Amino acid sequence: MRFVDEYRDGAAARSYAERIAAITTRPWTIMEICGGQTHAIVKYGIDSFLPKTITLVHGPGCPVCVTPLEMIDRAIAIASRPGVIFVSFGDMLRVPGSRADLLTAKAEGGDVRMVYSPLDAVRIAAQNPEREVVFFAVGFETTAPASAMAVRQAKRLGVTNFSILCSHVLVPPAMETLLSSDDRRVQGFLAAGHVCTVMGCGEYVPLADRYRVPIVVTGFEPVDILQGIYMTVRQLESGRADVENQYARSVRPEGNVPARQLLSEMFEPADRKWRGIGEIPQSGYRLRPAYAEYDAENRFDLGEIRTRESPECIAGLVLQGLKKPHECAAFGGRCTPESPLGAPMVSSEGACAAYYHFGRLDANDWRRSERQP
Amino acid sequence: MCLAIPGKVLEIERSGAPRMGTASFGGIRKRVCLEWVPDVNVGDYVIVHVGFAISRMDEGEAMKTLRLFEEIDGALDELKIPDPEDPPGDGGIDAIR
Repeated sequence: MRFVDEYRDGAAARSYAERIAAITTRPWTIMEICGGQTHAIVKYGIDSFLPKTITLVHGPGCPVCVTPLEMIDRAIAIASRPGVIFVSFGDMLRVPGSRADLLTAKAEGGDVRMVYSPLDAVRIAAQNPEREVVFFAVGFETTAPASAMAVRQAKRLGVTNFSILCSHVLVPPAMETLLSSDDRRVQGFLAAGHVCTVMGCGEYVPLADRYRVPIVVTGFEPVDILQGIYMTVRQLESGRADVENQYARSVRPEGNVPARQLLSEMFEPADRKWRGIGEIPQSGYRLRPAYAEYDAENRFDLGEIRTRESPECIAGLVLQGLKKPHECAAFGGRCTPESPLGAPMVSSEGACAAYYHFGRLDANDWRRSERQP
Repeated sequence: MCLAIPGKVLEIERSGAPRMGTASFGGIRKRVCLEWVPDVNVGDYVIVHVGFAISRMDEGEAMKTLRLFEEIDGALDELKIPDPEDPPGDGGIDAIR
């Protein structure tokens, strides 16, 4: 595929790694904020290419992982009701709630269905007018416009039996939480290329200024990531703290204007709890009052939700970049993708699942690894 | 789920809202929403996330980034020379401000 193969070229990646080593004079800690980047870094062993003085830490960029436990429990409660079709992206189905997951709800008789696109959920609603169809709207700014379009499409078509359980989250407030923490380790960020494809780069400039931190909007292929690291280190070494765009083939400075317009028409910022991190002010989206009828939390009275997190799981520390997955006592033994204790072991973008699935690969093995599941 | 992948636009539907089309992902064809890439043409590459094209891939920028790698590769051959200058092509990446 054009512009995929070129960005997986092992020789180019190695050259970049050497170039990074050539300009690095001090230890630096850089966080990648997107689960897709975490996946690529672990899969291709990109950190093993780097000088030992550069530490990559994985950020809270897996939407499945940060969806709060209360929301998973609400999803399971709704999915278990008769008369409901509960529709979700596939990787939410096995995320552990307090007592079960959505697959368990399905096994116990709930009608839980997996879709590729939120528009598919509207189609299911149109085909089943006697049922309540609820879409589990999770994800970052990349995914939120798709949920917004689904609600707008339901309204346009007069599909009144459709609603969303809205748990969208926003990246910049989470970065600010990490930057303002007493435990701050991060000196530079690789910002999430697809979040910025939608939102643009402007909202990162105040963060770079206020916290004196370089932020490089970065793509997802190995060579993209190495180039993003190179640009970050170059800023750190020269004492700059700017927002730069490595992923210019997809990211325009202003983002995707029609998608952003739809977002602000349908959603407003709201306080949101992040699993493993806690509540972050104004870090999520909720539907605006004009669309309140499409909010599943208004349609279903769920009563009080009492949550219980696994006492053994250290997902919160992993998501904040304070621990690596293999530092967890349960990793690979009591916690596996087949039987996960915490969300990062479930999603392909979760740091724990990435560590579990991929050993360190040499660049010569990249092509071979493409054929592995 | 949050992954977005490049696909080649094969067909753009003439009517309907939102605007839809078909894209190929390494041979796999899928119907995708093209509402947010109003300037897209058949044959263009788009980045697709959960069934929505979120950007039209800028081939000029893609080539520019790749050339930067090639130039760095070339620069490395000369790395044996002490005190290498900044890699060429730095101007090719636009700082946001």
